Amino acid sequence: MKNFHVSTTINGDDAEFICTPDETLLDVLRNRLGLTGAKEGCGTGDCGACSVTLNGRLVCSCLVLGAEAEGAEIETIEGMADGDDLHPLQRVFIDKAALQCGVCTPGILVAARSLLEKNPEPTDEEIRYWLAGNLCRCTGYDKIIKAVQIAAAEMRSV
Amino acid sequence: MRYVKAENLETAAALLNGEPGISRILAGGTDVLVQLRSEAVEPDLIVDMKYLDGMRDITPEDGGFRVGAAVSGAELGEHKEVCALWPGVVEGFELIGSTQVQSRATMAGNLCNGSPAADSVPGMIAANATARIFGPEGFRNCPVADIPVSPGKTSLAKGEFITSILLPARPARASDAYLRFIPRTEMDIAVSSAAVSLELDGDGTCTAARVVIGAVAPTVLLVQDAGAALEGTKLDDAAIAKMVQAVEAACSPIDDKRGTVEFRTKTAGVLAKRAALIAYERAGGKK
Ligand code: FES
Ligand code: FES
Repeated sequence: MKNFHVSTTINGDDAEFICTPDETLLDVLRNRLGLTGAKEGCGTGDCGACSVTLNGRLVCSCLVLGAEAEGAEIETIEGMADGDDLHPLQRVFIDKAALQCGVCTPGILVAARSLLEKNPEPTDEEIRYWLAGNLCRCTGYDKIIKAVQIAAAEMRSV
Repeated sequence: MRYVKAENLETAAALLNGEPGISRILAGGTDVLVQLRSEAVEPDLIVDMKYLDGMRDITPEDGGFRVGAAVSGAELGEHKEVCALWPGVVEGFELIGSTQVQSRATMAGNLCNGSPAADSVPGMIAANATARIFGPEGFRNCPVADIPVSPGKTSLAKGEFITSILLPARPARASDAYLRFIPRTEMDIAVSSAAVSLELDGDGTCTAARVVIGAVAPTVLLVQDAGAALEGTKLDDAAIAKMVQAVEAACSPIDDKRGTVEFRTKTAGVLAKRAALIAYERAGGKK
């Protein structure tokens, strides 16, 4: 298999990698770039644990080929905090115990941030529909929805 | 496996036509990557089409809109004019998958995946949409209705691929709607579905109707008799009953754990009725 040399921007920094044609962006992030925040839950687009944004759109990185990312801008959970300062979503998720094992959490945080960028004041129902592709097997969704609401209110007030 | 970014239409068609093994066309990848990952299909060649000119554009054309084959659900849903002209097409397409899937999924991909339960296909057929296809012989146009032939199979020849889908112009008093039945509220495959597109005259009489059902036959199905039952009426109870009867008569669903034959047949009729009433109201009809 012919390897691809791919140039992208990840969390604002130039990033280059080599990948095989059948390698997914998720595999590239985790195995080649050491960005292990995005998780593989299912590998088939069902669970959302691998969520990242690609050119500003929320995607499952398990359903993107690494080779497709040429020239793209990618944002992952690793770029969410500003140094040691957590993003309000991250901080509220911890404060309000909106996670247990944490496997779904990076995907949910990335997805929730992309919702709040589009809609800073969502209803509970809008949050539930937006996050329908992010499965959590521990927490139950109520705490997650509440945490997103609290972080959204905080972000609106600054 | 080879991955090739198509540089122009001709080389893409030649590559696909010359590949002796299994080839797949990549636009949004929401079906192709799943097949790849689950090892259901092991392609020898993947041709990525989304970087070709026009593939990601939505362009006004003769009062309608030409939607490039790589336009995602999110992009179409953000296009106010398309949403206003063909709300039923957009709502069907937007029902597919999660937010993440909507960022990448395409109508052309949903069509070519060939599922009888494809959510964007009934709306396109009700709209009388036309696919523009490129292949070794050049361009041709084909009604969307003639593309699916059986589960997972399309009428596209080797080397051919869809480049865009035309949602045509429609008169002022016209609209459409799509509904599906799933046992939950999100992220599921239609057990049955229906799309209805209507044109009305000044006093609210239906002058043209297309009724299309999904997941109740080997392909998505245009039910001519069902549309005819609504034409010349104001969708009174008798006309609706006749339309529902025609829908039920056209159903030949499978029986599986997701729905029995009886259930699918019954719900297809109910959904067609509800979709017709929504389309009627959207078109400005008063009941
Ligand atoms: S790992 Fe990508 S959606 Fe589950
Ligand atoms: S916290 Fe365990 S899956 Fe969500």
